[in-house]
Amino acid sequence: MSERFFPDSMPPPMAETITLPWWEAAAEHRLVVQRCTSCEHTRLPPAPVCPQCRSEDSDWKEVSGRGEVYTYTIVHRTIVADQELPFFIAVIALEGAGGVRMISNLVDVNSDQIEIGLPVEIVWEDMSADLAIPRFRPVENR
Amino acid sequence: MSRPKAHIVGVGESRYTRWGKIGDVTEHALACQVIKRAVADAGLTMDDVDGLASFSEDRNEAVFLAAELGLPALRFGNMVWMPGGGGGCAAISNAAMAVETGQAEVVVVYRSLCQGQFFRFGSGRMGLSPTGDPQPPTVQRANSMTGASVGFVMPYGLLTGAAAYSLPTRRHMHLYGTTSEQLGLLAVTFREHASRNPRAVMGDRPMTLADHQASPMIADPHRLFDCCLESDGACAVVVTTQERARDLAKRPVEILASEQGAPKGYAFGPFANANIADELYATGGGEEMANRLWGKAGLRPGDVDVAQIYDHFTGCVLMQLEDYGFCERGEGGPFIESGALSWHGGSLPTNTHGGSLSEAYIHGLNHVVEGVRSLRGESTSPVENAEVCLVTSAACVPSSAILLGRR
Ligand SMILES: [Zn+2]
Repeated sequence: MSERFFPDSMPPPMAETITLPWWEAAAEHRLVVQRCTSCEHTRLPPAPVCPQCRSEDSDWKEVSGRGEVYTYTIVHRTIVADQELPFFIAVIALEGAGGVRMISNLVDVNSDQIEIGLPVEIVWEDMSADLAIPRFRPVENR
Repeated sequence: MSRPKAHIVGVGESRYTRWGKIGDVTEHALACQVIKRAVADAGLTMDDVDGLASFSEDRNEAVFLAAELGLPALRFGNMVWMPGGGGGCAAISNAAMAVETGQAEVVVVYRSLCQGQFFRFGSGRMGLSPTGDPQPPTVQRANSMTGASVGFVMPYGLLTGAAAYSLPTRRHMHLYGTTSEQLGLLAVTFREHASRNPRAVMGDRPMTLADHQASPMIADPHRLFDCCLESDGACAVVVTTQERARDLAKRPVEILASEQGAPKGYAFGPFANANIADELYATGGGEEMANRLWGKAGLRPGDVDVAQIYDHFTGCVLMQLEDYGFCERGEGGPFIESGALSWHGGSLPTNTHGGSLSEAYIHGLNHVVEGVRSLRGESTSPVENAEVCLVTSAACVPSSAILLGRR
């Protein structure tokens, strides 16, 4: 099991047929984006149709897990039991993902270090044997 | 030739309180109460009403209300898709479409929202299981695409509006140098308006910029006083035809134009969508809609005498000021600093009731009510000779807006 950053009480993800493969890849510590096999447009969260060419065919492209902070918030109040405060939520612009961003957390970071444009890399947090959540930390704090 | 426009002819409100303070009457009964009040305000009776319209996630279903209130028939029962408060003006718009096309003659738009009787939106409780108990750390089954989409947000603790709408606001600050003090001035202005309004929940709680700056941080950059209230209350608005509006009790207000929707690829907006187009991310998402609205009405931003702008969070108001063209993109902060939003001499008196920040959070339908008041000359912060009022419903989610005109 990996290092832990968040308590068990953090809500688990919900998924349906189209999004479940993303979480199955995550459980194997693979960060993927959905890619249209017709026009190569990438997207997240997974969806049934390519919004660019309307094709229903897609596969999964694995990305590096590096990226940069697009925007963020420092959260000082939460209902999640046992959660240390503050904690950090960020939108990460993923490298090599065709412009795709994702919402995640910043970990191993001080609040005064956080800024838009900060280079980050993925840190997998195993919440259980079946569930891994991707978080991000500054590359410089590796 | 354009067809005769629908008019708003009546408004009704319950008392507004802090969440949990309305316990003697249910949220549903309160909906009945305000519908009756709005119909009476119009000089109509319940026997005249043949339509009911509401928006997203309304617990108070029109089919029950129609039966309970003894409507002779329900000819139009309508809901809008825009999430949260985004559909308020759209519900007015749909009611207008119904009466303008003969689907119905008198439609009441309503919202009853008693957070104390269910759960507080600000708690983040909606992100947890129905019981509020922690769920096992495995992937749970979503029963809709919405749930699956929110599934990409919840595991990161993004459970409240205060945190979600901080994301575009923070980026706006980064791009344009917008400051917390500018957001604070906006909140202070709305509080001043509330202090003149006996209905306002925060009417007796004056606030200075220093108070705003000292208020606890909820989700940076949103301090407590950047966040809307959590309230109990209800209000309703009566829409009918131009012909019917002519000889009713109060001065009718014309619905000059309305728009609703979302830009391309927006889904729920930044709450659950990190992939909004870059040029849209640090905006309220309403610019295209605003342009269509001005075009339809044949008006420009400078023609607006008073505005009621949806204020779930201060940053979302600032971005709407830019979306609707009251200032250039990125200039929302200096525009607020100019004193533009004040009822007393501002160039764009805004939220003359105090808004959701200081009057009450009724999913913004109270902003429509105040829009009507301001054109009737009934506002407690009146704008002299106001002829055109913009009302907006939400931002940073799919949203809607109307332009109202004095007859
Ligand atoms: Zn495609």
